[in-house]
Amino acid sequence: MAQSIGEQSMGLMKGNEAIAEAAIRAGCRAYFGYPITPQNEIPEYMAKHLPKVGGVFLQAESELAAINMVYGAGGAGVHVMTSSSSPGISLKQEGLSYIACAEVPCVVVNMMRSGPGLGGILPAQGDYFQATKGGGHGDYHLLVLAPSTIQEAVDLTYEAFDLARRYRNPVMILGDGLLGQMMESVTLPQPKAPLPKPPWATTGCGDGEPRVINSLYIQGDVMEERTKRIFAKYAKMKQNEIRFENYKTDGAKIILAAYGSTARIAKTAVDKARTRGIKVGLFRPISLYPFPYDELSEVATEAKAVLTVEMSMGQMVEDVRLAVEGRCPVRFYGRSGGIVPTPQEILQQIQAIWSHIA
Amino acid sequence: MKQVTGRPTALTDKPFHYCPGCTHGIIHRLVAEALEEDNLRGKAIGIASVGCSVFAYDYFNCDMQQAAHGRAPAVATGIKRAWPDSFVFTYQGDGDLASIGIAETIHAASRGENITVIFVNNSVYGMTGGQMAPTTLVGQKSTTTPSGRDATLHGYPLPVCEMLQVLPGVAYLARVSVSSPAKIRAAKRAIKRAFAAQLRGIGFGLVEILSSCPTNWHLDPVKALEFVDNQMAAQFPLQVFRDFE
Repeated sequence: MAQSIGEQSMGLMKGNEAIAEAAIRAGCRAYFGYPITPQNEIPEYMAKHLPKVGGVFLQAESELAAINMVYGAGGAGVHVMTSSSSPGISLKQEGLSYIACAEVPCVVVNMMRSGPGLGGILPAQGDYFQATKGGGHGDYHLLVLAPSTIQEAVDLTYEAFDLARRYRNPVMILGDGLLGQMMESVTLPQPKAPLPKPPWATTGCGDGEPRVINSLYIQGDVMEERTKRIFAKYAKMKQNEIRFENYKTDGAKIILAAYGSTARIAKTAVDKARTRGIKVGLFRPISLYPFPYDELSEVATEAKAVLTVEMSMGQMVEDVRLAVEGRCPVRFYGRSGGIVPTPQEILQQIQAIWSHIA
Repeated sequence: MKQVTGRPTALTDKPFHYCPGCTHGIIHRLVAEALEEDNLRGKAIGIASVGCSVFAYDYFNCDMQQAAHGRAPAVATGIKRAWPDSFVFTYQGDGDLASIGIAETIHAASRGENITVIFVNNSVYGMTGGQMAPTTLVGQKSTTTPSGRDATLHGYPLPVCEMLQVLPGVAYLARVSVSSPAKIRAAKRAIKRAFAAQLRGIGFGLVEILSSCPTNWHLDPVKALEFVDNQMAAQFPLQVFRDFE
């Protein structure tokens, strides 16, 4: 199915392959990557399908090389992408810092696995801090989008290239091994042509003015200006790119906060709790940077408690606490090491909280 | 009156920041002359690296990208793969290319990337103040080998061209110096030859250029050039390692 879906618009697809196909349909014409589980289907799909549309696939010698190839191609005005999983994404952080400062558009997919260290290949959400708070050195952010279904992964990937170009900033699709490895039915968007070469791209200046892609500003005042310019874009992202989902939050006394794969498990727990008469809903951030602080704050106003659920020891919960601003208790339930929480485990947490507030 | 020489159009009019007696300025000019003579400026993208030549994007009058330390061949690969008809060169020092960036160098060469690498070897980390480089000679003093490089403690100088010459992806490979007018002319011929390899699309080209660092060697400019001729060239012999028909 995955082999032939290139010509189709609907089908059953593995998450990693669906993301790769969505990228090609979005106009991605260059991919540089390095093997790491659980995202290998992305480079494999790209190796097979990207050349068919005149694109470039190259397996780099390392994650460092891959992200710097992305920097080169992105600076030269091509819709470019790389993908990896947690330890490999750590290796890309130097490059991402340069890319963000040099304002080079690119798309980076992180199919998170457990860590720290070499960790394991099972799904996890331990890279939230790294993804949303900068990750590399210096003052910068990625635009981070966290799909919870394969359809959403397709839709966000399809949009990510335009967002990267609009803001001249890296966009990260933050998934996990679960999303990458499972199969779901998806509807694929129509292929679109890549956007034309932007005027700033280094493609040879001809008789015109030479262009420079750079992140070195050795004078303090010039570097500060550059940083302010980058942060002005983040202010625009906060106005335009906040994405979230409210699920049964109307009148809810308990608000679950969860993203990505964990959010769909949390949804099942919400449904189970609702059948038991527990007034609980789910707030699901889709944009993790910029984080929907105000929107979460609003649904938490009427709540008696917020329960954050993550496949980590507690990372997004810090942003949830910032949003809730102490108006109600913020509890946390997490599994790590690659263990996926069950709806039953989450339901027990909900019931325990409900027994105190009901 | 007839003007017989001038600044190459592939150089901006910005004054170089290099130390007195440093040969980066000569090498910049040779690269720029080659770009101009082969009519490449308009389709060239240069990659500046990290080290003394970090500001190369201010001096070469063509599209430029500044790369992270050691990553210039990867950046060049990304650009060249995206736009195969463009002309892509990197300009790197020995700390950048032979130490932190040796993996990118070897793999770009091994893949036969159609790029040109200008590799300036002055046997020391210049910009950071004279620390040991992979190319520092045995016995040579640096700020991190204050008693001189001891092979038993610090290893041996890394012979980049000798390592790369076994790779089939390499189309042109030469080591030259700029310590005399005759050698400068030979260096320019090597650069143009490496450019030709890229223009023909036959693989990776690298020109290693032995360069002087009077400031960190604590030698006057003339003695520094003598050091290049007598000490460096003994360790790093000048020769063409790979050529094409």
